[in-house]
Amino acid sequence: MAVSSLFRTCPDTGLPVHLPAQNLIRANAVAAVVALLVGGVQGLMVALTRWPDVQLLPADWFYLVLTGHGMNVLLFWIIFFEVALLYFTSAILLKSRLATPRIGWLAFGLMVVGAVLANIAVLQGDSSVMFTSYVPMRAAPHFYLGIILFAVGALVACFIFFGTLVIAKEEKTYEGSIPLVTFGAMTAAIIAVFTIASGAIILIPTLLWSVGLIGNIDPVMYKVIWWAMGHSSQQINVSAHVAVWYAIAAMLLGAKPLSEKVSRMAFLMYILFLQLASAHHLLVEPGLSSNWKIFNTSYAMYLAVVGSMIHGLSVPGAVEAAMRRRGFTKGVFEWLRKAPWGNPAFSAMFTSLIYFGFLGGISGVVMGAEQINIIMHNTVYVPGHFHATVVAGTTLAFMGITYLVVPLIFQREIILPRLAKWQPYIFGIGVAGISVFMMGAGTLGVARRHWDIGFTDATLPFNYPDSAFLLMALNGMAGVLAAVGGFLFIGIVVGSILFGKRRDTASVKSNPIIGIGGGTAVSSYGSEGTLKLPGTMVLVAIFFTAFFLYYWVNWKYLSEVWPLS
Amino acid sequence: MAIFPPEQRIWWKQPLHGVEIAWIGICLVWAVVMFFTMIVWHVVGEQNLSNEAYRIQPDVYQERTEAMVAQYQVREEGSTGIPVVHPPAGTDIYMMARLWEWWPILELEKDKTYRLHLSSIDWQHGFSLQPTNINIQVHPGYEMVVTLKPNKSGEFGVVCNEYCGIGHHTMAGRIYVVE
Repeated sequence: MAVSSLFRTCPDTGLPVHLPAQNLIRANAVAAVVALLVGGVQGLMVALTRWPDVQLLPADWFYLVLTGHGMNVLLFWIIFFEVALLYFTSAILLKSRLATPRIGWLAFGLMVVGAVLANIAVLQGDSSVMFTSYVPMRAAPHFYLGIILFAVGALVACFIFFGTLVIAKEEKTYEGSIPLVTFGAMTAAIIAVFTIASGAIILIPTLLWSVGLIGNIDPVMYKVIWWAMGHSSQQINVSAHVAVWYAIAAMLLGAKPLSEKVSRMAFLMYILFLQLASAHHLLVEPGLSSNWKIFNTSYAMYLAVVGSMIHGLSVPGAVEAAMRRRGFTKGVFEWLRKAPWGNPAFSAMFTSLIYFGFLGGISGVVMGAEQINIIMHNTVYVPGHFHATVVAGTTLAFMGITYLVVPLIFQREIILPRLAKWQPYIFGIGVAGISVFMMGAGTLGVARRHWDIGFTDATLPFNYPDSAFLLMALNGMAGVLAAVGGFLFIGIVVGSILFGKRRDTASVKSNPIIGIGGGTAVSSYGSEGTLKLPGTMVLVAIFFTAFFLYYWVNWKYLSEVWPLS
Repeated sequence: MAIFPPEQRIWWKQPLHGVEIAWIGICLVWAVVMFFTMIVWHVVGEQNLSNEAYRIQPDVYQERTEAMVAQYQVREEGSTGIPVVHPPAGTDIYMMARLWEWWPILELEKDKTYRLHLSSIDWQHGFSLQPTNINIQVHPGYEMVVTLKPNKSGEFGVVCNEYCGIGHHTMAGRIYVVE
């Protein structure tokens, strides 16, 4: 092990904390929150513009801000945070030193420069090409360059994570296998390498094309490869936030996976199959065969979906088993009623699980069925779906673990604890509203990325049904609520880091982060001694029924449109 | 605990929970059902996207569209000057996407079949036929041929739902379906 002065002992967990790793985690987490603030303000402006009676921004600003919104929250907020998570789950959880912290700062620098450069390009106004930047629409060269620099930085961070795994193994900082949470983070990092390589393969030629060195980029090929980055990066998020669910349940409740084998297999399915999802964006494109579409859109027969459904059982199952071990055994749901709902880390984690499964997961699979996509492609159903996965799922889970990271890594108490208690609910309900209302409007055909669904300036105006306007107004209101929740989060976190009480041994006793039972071995694996999990069985039964019904309802909708072949 | 290494080193030999085994079984069966539903729909369903597509030069596509308009134009739409075309049932019809219009307006007959050729002569666009709700991506350089059969009469809007620059929200076309 390296020089011991580079380590401090965590008063909460007794774990040795590598200080250079801690600094890098802090820097990446702060950059993430800054990106969330910028992207969040932009998101609020988008929601208010799409509220037909408000229509906040003029058209050119709307498309500019929408481009920035996608980039800042989907790319910069999430990936900065994921880099922090990679360092946390490797160096901290494995009690190891972080590989090459200096290169870690280089990676961080590249990511910051890239993010700033891309934001400048967007704000200059000639790169309002949307986050997806489909060719042959052209952005300024430094738009592509910024994203490439950011991606290179993130790639370097992934290799620092892998390097840290090697060091921890070599230096025997842990016994046996790596923890499940680290395994989940490793899944995310492996998918990230594939994702970033795909991004480089398409964005480097596109950069050359934008400066005139390449004559033509095929638009269909661009989409196939771009989405190997664009969609796979969402699978990084899924792996990362599932790992976060396990981590929060473990830290607060001492929850163990019901079975290591099943949970790890489920993560493995992500690595093997998730990257096929590029096809989800190509189901109504010319030039790709139905065979290709069916195989890829279903992740080779829905095997990655099976992975997520397994986590959907094993995460609440682990919580139920842990709570039952602590004596909450009455009835079917005492464990759930008596769960720590007042702890923002827990409430964020559990509601993230519910929203991701019920709203994001089901809608994603339905929309990804080859033919059903015909009635949903590029409608606001699509952003409705991914706000449930990436915002109510990933972002909410990341907010949850931030309430643990601030005391553990920044060593500060959370300020305004009563407000913090409410924050995940306000944000979560707002985002769930955004998702549901956009999916509703999308079912009525409303186009995404559209400034004026009233078609005021169109030569041949078209009228969407009145209910579509109502749903977009409700979406605007839900957007305001989500923004309030988001800004509360940023305020609480930044306030805690700057002005929170320093965490010392006394506060560790009075306000423990690691919950009762966290760490004490009651049994050797999650399901031992608690063979019955009736609550979780009821939850997954409700989930499956909802999934089943919603799936077939959409085939019914499809069967009513004009026959086409 | 999930944040520590598994307590049993040989974790892969731990017995599985009965609920887990049952759930994995249900998930796998459901996965197979959903997979084969897509295949079965190609046989029994009436809404499947065409696999017929060609590479085409934008100017060639534009010429063909203009030829159809010249041959089958029946009137102009109000004062807009946009041609309304009534091609015979069963023929090849064209709706060209360009910044920022769908051109021309088509007039089709209910329950008759048409071969609709979709392409763009500049950027990508999204063919979104409303309120029936059919959405197809339109690329420059590619021509997709969709066999369509309108099953309701009336006025249908064609919205562009792929962002195509500052005039995107004004890009709307029209299809009339007559008895």
